[in-house]
Amino acid sequence: MLVYIIRRVAYVVPIVICVALVCFLLVHLAPGDPLVAVLPADASQELAAQLRAAYGFDRPLPVQFGLWIWKVAHGDLGTSIATGRPVLSEVTRAVGNTVMLACAAATIGFSLGLFLGLVAGYFRDTWIDKVAAAIASTGLSVPYYWLGIVLVIIFSAQLNWLPAVGAGPGGSNAWSWDWAHLRYLVLPAITAAAVPMGIVTRTVRALTADILSQDFVEALRAKGLRERQVFRHVVRNAAPTALAVMGLQLGYMLGGSILTETVFSWPGTGLLLNSAIFQRDLPLLQGTILVLALFFVFLNLLVDVVQAAIDPRIARS
Amino acid sequence: MSSVVGEITPQPAATEIATGARGYWSTVARRLSRDPVSVICAVILAAILASAIFAPWLGLADPYQGSMIRRLRVVGTPHYPLGTDELGRDMLARLIYGGRLSLLTGILPVCLAFITGTSLGIVAGYAGGKINTAVMRTIDVFYAFPSVLLAIAISGALGAGIVNSIVSLTIVFIPQITRVAESVTIAVRNRDFIDAARASGAGPLTIMRVHVLGNVLGPIFVYATGLVSVSMILASGLSFLGLGTRPPEPEWGLMLNTLRTAIYANPVVAALPGAMIFAVSICFNLLSDGLRSAMNIRD
Repeated sequence: MLVYIIRRVAYVVPIVICVALVCFLLVHLAPGDPLVAVLPADASQELAAQLRAAYGFDRPLPVQFGLWIWKVAHGDLGTSIATGRPVLSEVTRAVGNTVMLACAAATIGFSLGLFLGLVAGYFRDTWIDKVAAAIASTGLSVPYYWLGIVLVIIFSAQLNWLPAVGAGPGGSNAWSWDWAHLRYLVLPAITAAAVPMGIVTRTVRALTADILSQDFVEALRAKGLRERQVFRHVVRNAAPTALAVMGLQLGYMLGGSILTETVFSWPGTGLLLNSAIFQRDLPLLQGTILVLALFFVFLNLLVDVVQAAIDPRIARS
Repeated sequence: MSSVVGEITPQPAATEIATGARGYWSTVARRLSRDPVSVICAVILAAILASAIFAPWLGLADPYQGSMIRRLRVVGTPHYPLGTDELGRDMLARLIYGGRLSLLTGILPVCLAFITGTSLGIVAGYAGGKINTAVMRTIDVFYAFPSVLLAIAISGALGAGIVNSIVSLTIVFIPQITRVAESVTIAVRNRDFIDAARASGAGPLTIMRVHVLGNVLGPIFVYATGLVSVSMILASGLSFLGLGTRPPEPEWGLMLNTLRTAIYANPVVAALPGAMIFAVSICFNLLSDGLRSAMNIRD
């Protein structure tokens, strides 16, 4: 087990370096001068050169990469061109909101998906299975940003039950756990939950159906176990794969929140990316993508370790 | 090269493979045509595709011609069966014309990634060793990014535009298809008929092109049809964010974005472009499921 964890952690090191390289190249292979956003249109040549030197854009690419990664390792993601604030502080402020949205969406999506998947697997090829499959396919195929707009049309524009945009009353950023704030979370969370709900339903349905058709379940029943005890065996056998899928989905929600956050103006990393793209704020774009990708890499690592902890067969293979 | 192999490979074997493959695909088609869901989805997709291709000959209104006095007409208005948008342009015409760019930006990346990813995966899977390690470890790096984030990152860095959006989505899908292609290639690599082909003097390129490709194309193709659904959502999503098509071109994602101002005044019209994306996406998804069960592929 320990050997497995060490091997798995060691495997992350080259991945992290390559991810940093991709983030770095992304910005430097991009067309256009990254200084366009800060330079006034009538700036002199000297001013442009001065700024280029200040941001380090005048050095050769490998040197820039080396310097950049050295700074990143020390927690310096550079300065946002648009706001002049450190990228790290911009990202950390937004990350909390994204995590909150992802956790809320995960709660909705995973519990629905687990329930539908288990029921569908137990009642395979009945109408219950078909209904669950239809719900799962819908969740997977719906353009979720459109789902968000439809929810806003119904619950905000028509019924006026829930707010359409923002993360708190009066545009305040202070969050508290009361209904006045929570109601802002409802529609974005449902929107972000659609895809994970579909994936978890499909996975758990396939797992349950597969486990129930195996001989050992027959043996358990023949031994006289009650259905509730058989169910415990099913859950235990399905758990490692189901957990892995849910961990991956949580990662997708954290990293891929830009569309949901744009629809609802939810002040998280997605909205930050959106403004970084349209202000051509390349340091902010680079830093946000790097943080989200690293988040994803370590989440995957965590999932693998947890999976190995509950299923010893994985560590041995 | 192939003529030389033709001389060496026993002729009966070659024809047997050819007729065998045709028989397999016609079996799949027959099974698929007995599945009502797949047939309905195929008909809907064919109708949307055909109307998008033949849009100029359908006698529709001009999709660019707006008018300030007939903005945001509701669905069912005479002469405007699906209403008008925020600039008074005919929604029916714009939805049908919009299919051209939406389908192109949604389907083309999967086709490009299908060609590239299949080639990469077969080479990596068949060659094994260092080539396999080099290809698959590079692929792993792209798996370190959630696909939406990767698409946004590349599009965001390259800037807005249809070509950039197609490029970024192609890059997103290549690793996924390569992984599937590699794993199915490894599964057939050690089968007897590959040994037989090698023993009869076929070179690696011929084996990959004729013997491996024919046997792995099915599963990869099914996987790719499922990806079209994701690709449609992402491509329109990029346009929705302003990273794809630019106004005034009709495109479903972009229309959904510009009509957001109308969700209070005319909610049904505002929701229509998204419904089109949804329809295409779910049809591809269900068709892919049907194809999968018709081909007896388990995942």
